[in-house]
Amino acid sequence: MSTERSLNGKYIAGIDIGTRMTKCAVFDNETCTVVARTTMLTGHNLAASSEKVLAEACKRAGLNASDVFYVASTGYGRYQAPMRRIQITDISCHAMGAKYLFPNTTNILDVGAQNAKAIRIDENGRVAKFRMNDKCASGAGRFLERVAKGLELDLEEIGTLSLRSKDPQPISSICAVLAESEVINLVTSGYPVEDILMGAQLSISDRIVAMLRQVGIEGEVTLTGGITKNVGMVKALEKKIGKHLNVSPDSEYAGAIGACLLVQRRLKKLEQQKTQSTNFAVA
Amino acid sequence: MLVAGVDVGSTQTKAIILNENAGIMARGIVNTGANVVKAAEKAFNEARKSAELEEWDVAYTVGTGYGRYKVLFGDTQITEISCHARGANFLFPKTRTILDIGGQDTKAIRINEKGEVVDFCMNDKCAAGTGRFLAAAADVMGISLDELGDVALQSNNPLRITNVCTVFVETEIMNHLSKGKKGEDILSGVHQSIAGRSVSLMRRVGIDPEITFTGGVSRNKGMVKALQEKLGIPINVNDDSQYIGALGAALFALDRAKARQTDGRRLDSSSGQAKHDGQTAVLKEEAKS
Repeated sequence: MSTERSLNGKYIAGIDIGTRMTKCAVFDNETCTVVARTTMLTGHNLAASSEKVLAEACKRAGLNASDVFYVASTGYGRYQAPMRRIQITDISCHAMGAKYLFPNTTNILDVGAQNAKAIRIDENGRVAKFRMNDKCASGAGRFLERVAKGLELDLEEIGTLSLRSKDPQPISSICAVLAESEVINLVTSGYPVEDILMGAQLSISDRIVAMLRQVGIEGEVTLTGGITKNVGMVKALEKKIGKHLNVSPDSEYAGAIGACLLVQRRLKKLEQQKTQSTNFAVA
Repeated sequence: MLVAGVDVGSTQTKAIILNENAGIMARGIVNTGANVVKAAEKAFNEARKSAELEEWDVAYTVGTGYGRYKVLFGDTQITEISCHARGANFLFPKTRTILDIGGQDTKAIRINEKGEVVDFCMNDKCAAGTGRFLAAAADVMGISLDELGDVALQSNNPLRITNVCTVFVETEIMNHLSKGKKGEDILSGVHQSIAGRSVSLMRRVGIDPEITFTGGVSRNKGMVKALQEKLGIPINVNDDSQYIGALGAALFALDRAKARQTDGRRLDSSSGQAKHDGQTAVLKEEAKS
C-alpha cells in the first residue's frame, strides 16, 4: 500500500499512542521544524483517539489531512492507528526526538504512565542500550496517580505543591497500591501533604535512576514522556542523579517528533537507493 | 477462666474469646480503617458484648497481625505466622501447609504435627496475589467484594489476565469490559491469576497435605475453587478460617494464662513457646528488610 503512495511531500505526522495520553506532532520535512502539536487522553478506543489527535494537529497547523503525506505511529498503541504507513518502537523514537531537542543528549529517561525507560544513544541518535520497567507501576506515572488519589489531589497540581516540601517523607512501599494506603496513614499521622508528595517522588526517582545507572550515564540526560509536566518530579530526579536534566516544553512530544525524524531518515535512504538503481540502469 | 486473641490485619480486625477448655465463646470482626488502636478495641468489645462479658472476665489477651502492637490492652504480642500455625493446627490437626491470603499480604507456612512453624514465605512487597488485588478488580467491575467469588464461579470460559501489577490489571479489566467481554470470565481469570501466584509461593516452602486456607480471602468460594483446581487436591476451609489468626493468638493466651495460674506471679517469658515465637519474629524481620 505504502509503495503506491508518494514518498515526497512537505508534512510528516508522528502519533505517539501512550497508555494514558496520545500525542501528535506535525513536522515540516523541508524546514525540519515542528509546526503543530496536540495531546489528548487515549481512552479505550485507540484507533479513534489516534485519528482525532491527528485531525486536531492538522487543524492547528492550518492543514488538510491530505497535506500530510506520511504518518508514523509509535507507543504502546502503535498497531492500532489505522492511517499509519509505518510503526516504529517508542525506544527508537524517543532517542531520535531527544537528540533533536537537545543535540548533546547521551542518555534519555522516558517516564510515562505505565512504564519507565532508560536509554543510552550513540552520536547518531541510535539506541546503544536500554532498560525498562513495564511490569509494574512502581516506577511510573501511575504510582504518582495513586498517591494523588490517596491525597485527593489532581495529578496536575501535585508537582507544584511538592516543591514547598521541607522535610520529604519517603514512601517505603514499592507497590503503587500499597503506597496509596501508606500515604493515607501518613496523612492521618499528620504529615504535611507536600512532604508526602516529595517523598513519593523521591522514592520513584530512586527506582528510575537505578535503571539509568544500569545503562551508564555519559553526558547530558534528557527527560521525555508525560512526567516532564511535573516540576516536582523533575527536581526529585535531578536530586537523585546529581545533575541537571534537559527538559523542554516539547519533551512530552519527543516520541512523536522522533517518529517524524525516523520517517525523514527512511525516505532519504529510499531516495538514495532509487538514485543508485537508476544509475545502474543508465550504466 | 477466659482468654482472648485479637488479630489486627491491614483490612479487618478479628477477635476471638475462648473458655478454659479452648471452646470458642465469641467472635468479633470490624474494618481496621485508619485508627488501628480503636479497631482492636472495637473488635474485642464486639466479641465481649456478644457473649455478655465484662473486660475483667478476660484473664489474658494476645495481640497478633500487622497491628499487634496497637492492641494496647493486650498482655503480649505474637507474630501472625505463629498464630496462624497454631490456629490451623487446632481446627484441622492434619494441616502441614497453610496459605494465608489477607488484605495486603500473602503467606505460605509449613508446619509440623505440633503446629509449630517449620518454614514460611511471604509476599508483602506488592499487592499482586493479595486481597487488594481482588478489591481492585471488584472496584473496577463495580461489584462488592462479597459477590466477587460467586460471580467468578459462573464462568465457563475464563480469560487470561496477563499483567502482574494490580494497577495495570485495573486497566486490563477496563479494556476487556470495553471489548464486551463477560464480567464472570474476567473475574474468573483474576481468581486464577491469584491462585497461580499463591501456589508458586506455597511451592517455595513445599506443598504437603493437608492444606489449610486462612485469612479474609478464604471466604471467597471462587478463590477456594481456583486453588483446588491448581493444586489438584481439596483444601481445608470453614466458617472460622478468617478467625484462625485470632484463634491461634487466643490459644497462646490460654497457655500463658494457665502457666501464670500455676506459676504464681512469674511470667513464663523463658518457656519454649516464647523462644519459638522470638525466632519467628526474627525471621519475619529479616524477610521484611
